[in-house]
Amino acid sequence: MSHQAMAPPIYGLIAEFDTSTELVDASRAAYAAGYRKMDAYSPFPIEEASEAIGFHKSRVPLVVLLGGLLGGLSGFGLQYWINVIAYPLNVGGKPYDSWPAFIVPSFEMTILFAGLSGVFGMFALNGLPMPYHPLFHVEQFSRVTRDKFFLCVEAADPKFDLVDTQRFMESLKPVSIAEVPH
Amino acid sequence: MNQGPEGKTALLENPWPDEPPVLTPGQSYGSMTDQIADAVLTRPIGLGWLAGLAIGMGLLGILMMAITYLFLVGVGIWGINIPIGWGFAIINFVWWIGIGHAGTLISAILLLLKQSWRNSINRFAEAMTLFAVACAGMFPLLHMGRPWLGYWMFPYPNSMGVWPQFRSPLVWDVFAVSTYATISAVFWYVGLVPDFATMREKASNRYTKSVYGLLAMGWRGSARHWKRYEALYILLAGIATPLVLSVHTVVSFDFAISIVPGWHTTIFPPYFVAGAIYSGFAMVLVLAIPIRHYYGLQNMITMRHLQNSAKIMLATGLIVGYGYFFEAFMAFYSGSTYERFMMENRWMGPYAVFYWSLIFFNLVVPQVLWLPKVRANTIWLFLISLVILVGMWLERFIIIITSLTRDFLPSSWGHYVATRWDYAVFFGTIGLFTAAMFIFIRIMPAISIFEMRTLLPEAEVKAK
Repeated sequence: MSHQAMAPPIYGLIAEFDTSTELVDASRAAYAAGYRKMDAYSPFPIEEASEAIGFHKSRVPLVVLLGGLLGGLSGFGLQYWINVIAYPLNVGGKPYDSWPAFIVPSFEMTILFAGLSGVFGMFALNGLPMPYHPLFHVEQFSRVTRDKFFLCVEAADPKFDLVDTQRFMESLKPVSIAEVPH
Repeated sequence: MNQGPEGKTALLENPWPDEPPVLTPGQSYGSMTDQIADAVLTRPIGLGWLAGLAIGMGLLGILMMAITYLFLVGVGIWGINIPIGWGFAIINFVWWIGIGHAGTLISAILLLLKQSWRNSINRFAEAMTLFAVACAGMFPLLHMGRPWLGYWMFPYPNSMGVWPQFRSPLVWDVFAVSTYATISAVFWYVGLVPDFATMREKASNRYTKSVYGLLAMGWRGSARHWKRYEALYILLAGIATPLVLSVHTVVSFDFAISIVPGWHTTIFPPYFVAGAIYSGFAMVLVLAIPIRHYYGLQNMITMRHLQNSAKIMLATGLIVGYGYFFEAFMAFYSGSTYERFMMENRWMGPYAVFYWSLIFFNLVVPQVLWLPKVRANTIWLFLISLVILVGMWLERFIIIITSLTRDFLPSSWGHYVATRWDYAVFFGTIGLFTAAMFIFIRIMPAISIFEMRTLLPEAEVKAK
C-alpha cells in the first residue's frame, strides 16, 4: 500500500494558444496521440476545430427536421379536425376539407416547431444552461470569449496522466498550460 | 460577389479599389471586442442618447394615453366608419411589419448567400425587426376594440364551442405574424448568446456580470457547442427565409383574397414583399447612419454597407415600380369598369395628392441612388431613406383608403379622414420603436462581436 499523498482530483489540463491555426493543429495532434475526451475552445466558430477533436456530426438538423414534421402535421391535423369533425361550418359553399386554405397555417406551424425545437434542442444537446463549469476556475480562460484559443484534455480520458499529458501538451508549444480544478 | 471561405481575406484586400472595404485594416479580435462591448459597458451616458430616449419616451407616453382613451371609449375615436372599417390600424400594421422584413433579410438571406458584409449590421437589424413587429402587432390588437380578448384568435378549446375560421387570410395572419415574432426573437437571442458570454467576462460590475452571465447560459466557446450552434444558425436562417417571404405574402392575401377593386390582383404577394424589403432597408439606413456616426463605428459599418444597402433599395424600389405599373396596366387591361375606375380615382380622386407623392417619393427620388456620389454621401442616404419610409407609408394608405372609400356602388362610398387619435397611436408606436432601439444599443452589443471576429484574416485556419 503506497503512502503517496493523493493529488486532488482535477478536471483536466488546459493549454492556451494565440491563433486558430495553432489550436486546430494542437487538437489534431492530441487526437492523433490518442486523446478522445477533450474539447477545443475558441472565441468564434472554427469548423476545423470540431473536426480535429473528432466531433463530426451534430444531431441538430435531425431535431429540426422532426420538429418541423411534427409542427406541419399537427398544424394540418388541427385544422382538419376543427373544420371537418369538431366544428363543420359551411363557408361560401366550400368543402369542409378545403385543404388549400390550410396550407398557410400548416406552413407557419412547420416553421415555428422546427425553429423552436432547433433552439431548445441545440441548448439541450450542448448541456446549456450550465452556469458552473470547472473551466471557469482557470483565470486565462476568460479570454476565450475575446481573443484566445484553448485545448482542454480531460482527466476522464483513459489515456490521461498528469505528467505524461502535461509533457505532451508542452510539445504543442502553447502560451500557457494550467490544471483545471473541479 | 464571392466572399466564401477562401474569399475572406479578399474582404480586406478589396477587389474593387473604387469601393470602400467591409472592414478597415488594423483591427484585431481584442480591439473589435473592446470597441463594441465598451459602447455598452464603459461609455458614459451621453446627452444625445438621453435626448433620443426622451423623444422616444415622450411619444411612448402619447401612445399610452391614446391606448387608455381607446380602451375607455372604443375604436370610435378613430376615423374609421363603414365603408372604411380599416384605417390607420391596417396601414400602420403593414408598414411596420414591412420594415421588420429587412432585418430578417439581412440576418437570414444574406447569411445563406455568404454575404459576410452583413456581419456588422445584422444584430441591430434583427433588433429592428423585433421592435417593428411589436409595433405592428399592436394595431390589429387595438383595432379589435376589445384587445383583452385577443386570444380568441387562436384555436383553443373554449366554453363557447367555436373555432377560428381557417379559410380566412386574417386567421393565417395570426399564425404568420406570431410565428414570425417568435422565430425572430429566438434567432436574435441565439445570435446574442456568445456575445453575452463576452459581456459577462468584460463586465466589472457584479450585477451587470450576473445578468449577462444568466443570459449567456454558461457559454464557453466549446468546439462541440459551436458545431451545433452553427448547424442551428444556418438552419434557422434557412427556415426564416421562406418565413419572411410568407409573412408579407400572407399580409398581401388579406387584400388579394377579397374582391375589392385594386386589391384582387395576383401581383400583390411579390409586390408587397419587395415593398417590405424596400422600406426595411430604408429603416436600416436611418438607424445605421446615426449609430455609426455617434458610436464611431465607421471602421465596422463602412461605406460599403451603406452603399450595398442603397443598391438593394434601388433594386427593390424598381420592383415596387414594376408593381405600380402593372396595377395600372391590369386595371385597364382587365376591362372591368370598377378596376378602371379605381385607377382613375387614385390618379384624380380626392386622394390623388397622396398617390402622386408616393410615386414621387418611391419611384422618382430614389433614382438618384444610381449616382455613385449620392451613394457615398451619408446625409443624402439618410434623407432618401426617410423619403422612402414616408413613400411606403403613403403607398399603403393609397391601397387601403382609395379602394375602400369608393368600391362598387356610389351609394356606399365614403370618405376617410384620420383623427388626432389615429395620429397619436401611429406616432406613439414610432416612440415605442425609438425608445426600444435606444435602450437596446445601451444594454446589448449592437454589432455581433463573434461574427465580426470571423471577418479577420487571421481567423482563417491555415493549412500546413
